Amino acid sequence: MIAFNKFYNHFNLLSSVLILVSLLLLIFKGLNFGIDFKGGTLIELRASDSKINVSSLRDRFNQMELGDVSVKKFGNDTDFLVKFENKDNKKNIIEEIKANLDKSFGNNYDFRRVENVGPKVSAELLKSGVIAISLSLALMLIYIWIRFEWQFSLGAILALFHDVIVTLGIFSLFSLEINLSIIAAVLTIVGYSMNDTVVIFDRVRENLRKYSDIKIFELTNISINETLSRTIITSATTLLALLAIYFFGGEILKGFSLAMILGVFFGTYSSIYIANTVLVRLRVSQKTVLREEEDKK
Amino acid sequence: MLYFSKLRILFITLFSVLFILIASSNLFKFDDNFFDKKINLGLDLQGGSYLLLEIDNEPVIEQKLQNLTTTIRNYFKEKNIKINNIKIDNQNIFFNVTDNDKQSVLDVFQDENSDLNPYYPRFKSHQLEIEDTGLNFKVNFSRQGLIRLKTSSQDQAIEIVRRRVDEVGTNEPNILKRGNNRILVELPGLDDPMRIKSLLGKTANLTFRFVTNDDNDRFGVEKLKFENGLEEATVSKRIIISGENLLDAQPKMDTQANQTIVSFTLDRVGAKRFGKATSTGIGKQLAIVLDGKIISAPVVRDTIASGSGQISGGFTFQTATDLALLLRSGALPAPLEIIEERTVGPDLGQDSINAGMIALAIGFMLVIIFMFVKYKIFGLITNVTLIVNLFILLGVLTLFEATLTLPGIAGIILTVGMAVDANVLIFERIKEELKDETNNILAFDGGYTKSRTAILDANITTLLAAIILFFMGSGPVKGFAVTLGVGIFTTLFSVYFIARLFTSIYVSRNKDKEKLI
Repeated sequence: MIAFNKFYNHFNLLSSVLILVSLLLLIFKGLNFGIDFKGGTLIELRASDSKINVSSLRDRFNQMELGDVSVKKFGNDTDFLVKFENKDNKKNIIEEIKANLDKSFGNNYDFRRVENVGPKVSAELLKSGVIAISLSLALMLIYIWIRFEWQFSLGAILALFHDVIVTLGIFSLFSLEINLSIIAAVLTIVGYSMNDTVVIFDRVRENLRKYSDIKIFELTNISINETLSRTIITSATTLLALLAIYFFGGEILKGFSLAMILGVFFGTYSSIYIANTVLVRLRVSQKTVLREEEDKK
Repeated sequence: MLYFSKLRILFITLFSVLFILIASSNLFKFDDNFFDKKINLGLDLQGGSYLLLEIDNEPVIEQKLQNLTTTIRNYFKEKNIKINNIKIDNQNIFFNVTDNDKQSVLDVFQDENSDLNPYYPRFKSHQLEIEDTGLNFKVNFSRQGLIRLKTSSQDQAIEIVRRRVDEVGTNEPNILKRGNNRILVELPGLDDPMRIKSLLGKTANLTFRFVTNDDNDRFGVEKLKFENGLEEATVSKRIIISGENLLDAQPKMDTQANQTIVSFTLDRVGAKRFGKATSTGIGKQLAIVLDGKIISAPVVRDTIASGSGQISGGFTFQTATDLALLLRSGALPAPLEIIEERTVGPDLGQDSINAGMIALAIGFMLVIIFMFVKYKIFGLITNVTLIVNLFILLGVLTLFEATLTLPGIAGIILTVGMAVDANVLIFERIKEELKDETNNILAFDGGYTKSRTAILDANITTLLAAIILFFMGSGPVKGFAVTLGVGIFTTLFSVYFIARLFTSIYVSRNKDKEKLI
C-alpha cells in the first residue's frame, strides 16, 4: 500500500500555489484567444513554391493594413496559418488578399481554410463558452450533492475548479490558443475528472460503512489504494487514445488533445490529492454517512 | 449477474448484428432503404462553406416609421385632432398636441380596436408604445411589435436567400433560421464561396427613376453616384417601376452594340407604367438604380409599350448573369451582413478524414494491446467488446444520419479510451472479491454488482458534460458532443451485455480454475 496520505499537506500546498499562480497568470497575462473568441480572420494556406515562406507572407500581409497580423508555419513546411484582426470588418477582404497575393506569388498557393468571425459573433461565442463551463460545474455539483453528502460535493467541486484553472493557467503561461475546441476539451476534462473522483468517493463511502474504527485520514488512503490500479489503467488507456490524436490527428486537433492530456493528468492528481483531502479536513466520519442516510429516509 | 437466458442472448446478438449491418452501409451499398443510410460528413470533413448572415433591420424600421408618421398624420387629420412637429429621431416618432387633444390621442393609441393597433385582435398586445411628457409624445415599436417586424423580414429574407442559392446550383444547401434576425447557410462541397457571398451581400433593390435638374421636384430628389463611383446625377425620388414589377430577367448578347446586356420583362402594371413614363418622358434620362447606385441612365428615345426592355452598363457576361439572377430572385427586405464565415477546401477535408482515421486506428491498436497485455483472456473479451462497441456507435450515428465532424472523430477515439474504464472497474473489483472468495462465480457476480454504482456515476457525469456541450456548442464541436454522448450509451450496452455474456460463458466453463483473472 502506498502512503498517499503522507503527502496530503505537501500537495495541498503545491496545488494552492498552482492555483494562485494560474489565477495571477489569467488576470495579468490573460488568455490567448483565437478568432473564435476575439473576432478576426484566419487563413490556412498551402504553398507550392518555396518563395512563399513565413517572412515573405508576413511582408505581403503587413502591406495590406489588416491590423495585427500573425503568420506561422502550420504542421509541415508548405502550410501556413495567417491570422489578422480585420479591424474594420472589411467585406471583401479575402478577394483583396487573393488579388494581392496573386501579384507576388502567381497561383502557386491555395487557401485550404478560411474563417472569418465578426465581433458580435465572437462575443457571443465567448459568452456561451463561459456559460457552458459554469453550467457544467453547477450540474456536477448538484449531481454529487444528490448522490453523496455535501462534504463530498465540496471536495469534488474544488478538484474540478483546480483542474479547470490550472489547465487554463498552463494555456496562459505558454500563450496557447483558446478556441471553440478548447472549450469542448475543458468540458470533457470536467466530466473525466468528476468520473475519477466519483470512483474513489464511492469507495470511501463504502469503506466508511465497513470500518467504523478507522479514521478518515487512513480511510481515504485505503480507498485510493484499492482503486489505484483502476485509476492507472483508465488514465493510461485514455492517454494512449489522446496521444494518438495529438500525434496523428492533424494540426487542427493539436490544441484540443493537448488540453485533454493536461486535463487527464490533473484530473487524476486532483481526485487523489484535492477531493480526498477535503474529506479529511472536514473530518468526515461514519456518522456523516449514516446521518445523511437517515435524513434521506 | 452472470446468468443469461436464451432469449436475452438472442436479443443481444440480433441487436449487435443489426447495428453492425447499419454501420457497414457506409461501406457497401444496400438495396434495402432501411440499411442504405450514411453518416453525414460535416463541412470540416467534406469541405464546404458555412455562412452566418445577419439581417440589418434598421432600414426596415426606419421605413416603417416613415410610413407610420404618414398614417398617424392622416388618421388624426380625419379626426380633426391637430398634431404638431411630427418627426422621427433615433427610431422614435415625436410629436406634440394641444392640451384639449391630449386625452383623445392617448385613447386612440390605447384603444384595442383602432387602426393604429393592427396586432391587438391577433396577439393581444400593442404594436406601438406611447410615452407622454406633458404635451410631447414619443411613439415607438413595442417589444412585440419589433419581434413581429423582425420575424417577418427574416421570413422574406430566407426565401430570397434560398432562391439565390438555388439559382447558383450548389448541391444540397442547408438554409436555416437562427434567432429572429439571422440566417445560416451551409454549402457543402463549395470551396470558393466568393460568388455566393457577393450575391448574398446585395439587397438588389432596383428602381427606374428620371434624372432631373429640378430641385423642387414634388417627390424630392437625391444625388446618386454611378456604379463606377466617379460621376453623379440628381435623381427624382419618384419610382417609375421597381424590381417587384419584373417578371423575368436574362443576360443577353447585344450583337449590334457588341456588349452584354440584361433583358427584362415587366408584369402588367409595370408595363403600363413604363409605357406611360416613356411616352411622356421622351428625351429625358431614365436612371436605372440598383442599391443606391446608378447602373446606367439612358435617354428615352421612344415609347416602350411592349413591357420589355434591357439594361446595359458595361457588363461582362458574369456580371450580367449575376444581375439577372438577382433581379429574378427579388430584392431582400433588408441588407444582409455576413457575420461569420468558415470555409474548408475539399483537400483539407480529405486530409482531416485521413488523419482522423489514422489516429483512430493507432489509438485503437494501442488500447487493445494494452488491455491484452494487462488482462490476457479478459483483455481479449474487452477488446472484442470494444470493436463491437465501435461498430454499434457507428451504427447509431448512421441510423440517425448524424453529422460526423473532425472533433467528432476525436470523440470516437476518446470513447475508445474511456470505454475500457467500465470493464476495468469490474475486473479490478473481481480481483478484490477473489481475495476472500474462493467461488469464482460468486466473486464475478460480486464484482459486477459492487462496481455498478461507480460505473453509473462515472458515465452520468460524462454524459452531463456532453449534453451541455451539445446545447451550447456550435458546428464541429456539436459533433464531438454527439459522438461522446452516444458513445456512453453504446459503451454501457457493450459492457453490460456483450462483455458480460462472454465473461459468463468463460467463467462458467472454468469455474474451478484458480487465478482466473
